[in-house]
Amino acid sequence: MSYHSLSDASAALRDGSVTSRELTDAALDRASKTEAELHAYLTLDHDGARQSADAADAAFAAGRDSGPFQGIPVAIKDNLVTRGIETTAASQILAGYIPPYDGTAVARLKAQGAVITGKTNLDEFAMGSSTENSAFGPTRNPWNTNRVPGGSSGGSAVAVAAGSALVGLGSDTGGSIRQPAALCGVVGMKPTYGLVSRYGLIAFASSLDQIGPITRTVEDSVAALETLAGHDPLDATSYRGDVPDFRVGFDDGVAGLTIGVVRQLSGEGFEAGVEAAFRRTVDLLSEAGARVVEVSLPSLDVSLSAYYLIAPAECSANLARFDGVRYGLRHDGPTVEEMMTATRADGFGPEVIRRILLGTYALSAGYYDAFYGQAQKVRTKVIQDFEAAYEQADVLVSPTAPTTAFEVGSKTQEPLSMYLSDICTIPSNLAGDPAISVPVGLDDAGLPIGFQVMAPALGEAVMFRVARAVERAVAFEQRPPMLEVWS
Amino acid sequence: MNWEPVIGIEVHVELKTASKMFCGCRVDFGSEPNTNVCPVCLALPGALPVPNEQAIEWIVQIGLALNCTISPQSLFHRKNYFYADLPKNYQISQFDIPVCSGGFLDVVLDGETVRVAINRVHQEEDTGKSIHVGGGGRIHSAEATLLDFNRAGVPLVEVVTEPDIHSPAQARAYAQQLRSVIETLGVSDAKLEEGSMRFDANVSIRPQGDQELGAKVEVKNMNSFRSLERALAYEIVRQTELREDGQRIPQETRHWDEEAGITQGMRSKEGSSDYRYFPEPDLVPIVVSDEQRERIRSTLPELPHERRARYVDFGLDSHAAWVLVSGEDGLAGLFEDAVGLGADPKQVAKWLTGETTAYLRREDATIESRALTAAHLVEMTGMLAAGKLSASAAKEVLTGVLDGEGSPGEVATARDLIQMSDGAAIEVEVDAVLDSNPDALEKIRSGDMKPFGFLVGQVMRATSGKADPKVVNEILRNRASQ
Repeated sequence: MSYHSLSDASAALRDGSVTSRELTDAALDRASKTEAELHAYLTLDHDGARQSADAADAAFAAGRDSGPFQGIPVAIKDNLVTRGIETTAASQILAGYIPPYDGTAVARLKAQGAVITGKTNLDEFAMGSSTENSAFGPTRNPWNTNRVPGGSSGGSAVAVAAGSALVGLGSDTGGSIRQPAALCGVVGMKPTYGLVSRYGLIAFASSLDQIGPITRTVEDSVAALETLAGHDPLDATSYRGDVPDFRVGFDDGVAGLTIGVVRQLSGEGFEAGVEAAFRRTVDLLSEAGARVVEVSLPSLDVSLSAYYLIAPAECSANLARFDGVRYGLRHDGPTVEEMMTATRADGFGPEVIRRILLGTYALSAGYYDAFYGQAQKVRTKVIQDFEAAYEQADVLVSPTAPTTAFEVGSKTQEPLSMYLSDICTIPSNLAGDPAISVPVGLDDAGLPIGFQVMAPALGEAVMFRVARAVERAVAFEQRPPMLEVWS
Repeated sequence: MNWEPVIGIEVHVELKTASKMFCGCRVDFGSEPNTNVCPVCLALPGALPVPNEQAIEWIVQIGLALNCTISPQSLFHRKNYFYADLPKNYQISQFDIPVCSGGFLDVVLDGETVRVAINRVHQEEDTGKSIHVGGGGRIHSAEATLLDFNRAGVPLVEVVTEPDIHSPAQARAYAQQLRSVIETLGVSDAKLEEGSMRFDANVSIRPQGDQELGAKVEVKNMNSFRSLERALAYEIVRQTELREDGQRIPQETRHWDEEAGITQGMRSKEGSSDYRYFPEPDLVPIVVSDEQRERIRSTLPELPHERRARYVDFGLDSHAAWVLVSGEDGLAGLFEDAVGLGADPKQVAKWLTGETTAYLRREDATIESRALTAAHLVEMTGMLAAGKLSASAAKEVLTGVLDGEGSPGEVATARDLIQMSDGAAIEVEVDAVLDSNPDALEKIRSGDMKPFGFLVGQVMRATSGKADPKVVNEILRNRASQ
């Protein structure tokens, strides 16, 4: 019952060879076999999923077709609010919180008749690169359960990789879709900032956050983005123009395109296996007719620092609303201030507190110019560097992450080392540009390696075109070996 | 030493838009608690703000009316502080680039015009309301605090002056005349008692002639123009006494206690707070194009200073024009309507700015709550001109009309105040008095004017005071010269 992709399943639903209920039961069955080891989900909504599946089947029977997601099991990262389903952002401070509304991305999926299997695990408030910072326990990598799945959208990446959903929704602030997709051997994409509404995404860093899909194929990524993208009057930063056609030249290959290899994203800190797979893929693109050039993003060395000032600064304000007054956890105290302090001290985990403190300092009087102000200047420089690079190349490419999946617990005591996991992905968030990670092979330990394609703002079509060419050239067919055991 | 007070005023104006600043919830102050709320104004996880375009249009109107420069692009910032009735624990406000900056308001006080420079006019959102239950309703002794978020997110415009005001009377005149501008624009209820217009003042004193500003004390909680003036007067005396005593004035926030008539230091740590302003990443810059600005400018109504100038053209003195435009609510409307119906502008203005204003202050009433209409004013000034009412009778008639006893004619008749101005009827009364006092007439004819007043008095008595004294005088003079 495990269809390889959304498009396969979508076709099967339409030719009657499978029902949504069968697909949904298969996903839930897979979850029941894998969850004890993987912990991809925080909440599985068996009843709701089966009801939606039956509704989708009834729609097909009645000849109604609302779009490619009709009847498709989708896992939703638990920082996307879902009406009537507990939404915690993997934080104690929101334990038990049931939102009264659906975010726009979820509403768009539901409007097509998607089946929500449940809510997936993440680093608390999306702060992390390993899904170990969840208040409800870590998620494990299906390729090797001693390894992390990456993060913060580790739960959605694992659900898609392990077959407990066909598509996962994630959010990407500094690589939180692409890096776990890379570490789990699936496709993850972050759209141009503003293309997908953030309404209903529990904000981490508003100027960097984007919602995007985790899928098994590039084609599915396109279909998902077509469903998710579009202006939303509820998000003032939502793109107002017409949504571009993402399929322009999709199957045309890379002949005639110029691919820019980012000089700074290799060498020290990059595992040999990752570098080798990356070079091999670039060579394949070259063989397929692409012109390959080396480009430089000189501000890259300071972009990580800028990110770790801007994101915490925004998060220090975004997370201020979790105060015990209106919803979520509350520890009572003799005064309102003491109640808020006790609630927040107990409700937030250490990484969240670390970033709130960082951000609070970065915005403080006397420090603002040196930290937040300077970081904004770097951000402007990063944007200029990208603009210059896109004068020379249609897309830029790099490994998605410097390493493959690391061992659970190996970096939890070293935040700076953990932060380096996002060195390749952060620049696109700072620039607001789209980027995608495509699996291109396994390292010697049998762990997946991701290849990142970056494009200028609203350049999704060329990004997908190159990603599709990579997918074809590499023909990455491996699945997590444990799937044999779990199926 | 002579000390010069230096005052700057911050005014918060709640706009009466249909919906809140960043969500679609209704703006309505009479609703049950927490009924006009949604994920956005309750700051539920995932909710995002979207600016109210009407509010932006209105703040541009306010800025233009106050002669400000309108920024082609301005920014929202987050002002961070934790407070239970501030749902996001930051307020969306403006910081270094407000919508409007650098304007002025010409304030008329005792016939003189003082130009008060406006530093900025910026857009922000209101907080909810904390209701402290038990323990006398005070925050530190309350048993519980209830929260009503109906007001959370209501559009708020802050108008900030330069430290340009030098007396409590000027401060009051500025506040009143600013309210007059806001009312004219029709963008706010502008009611002090309901909190839709709120004042804070920054006060310092410095030796006369000094340029440097002294330590600034922020005074809050002034709920009327009178309390603004009183609080400032108190604060200036307090600061002067401290300085005369050789003491330093600490920079602080003080609370005006209306009953005790004093300001008191607040226990809060506000003096040291750091709001960590940074650009609001959920919103894009507010763009006001030249075309948009000029379109808004072209729709501005006649502003108070323009209206005053027009009234002076009617022949009114500037004080009367000022009272009509900036005094009690509704006077200008009555004035315009009565003049439109053909009444003499100066006469109407005299009765509105004099007796009517005094009546409203005495009764603590609004003109809307009283029965006086423009037609009444036309009728009454007509009766005066025709001699049917004496000036003193007219005062009584006007009071009767304001009390709801009927039209001027009805009140005058019911109270028997119609003046005899019919010459023939008065002649009969005069002749009757002369017949009874032949000696007096003889004395006058021989040049002794002493009995003249006596005779007038007799006629007035015979007519129960209703004869027009001018007519009586005239007839008596005629008889005496015959």
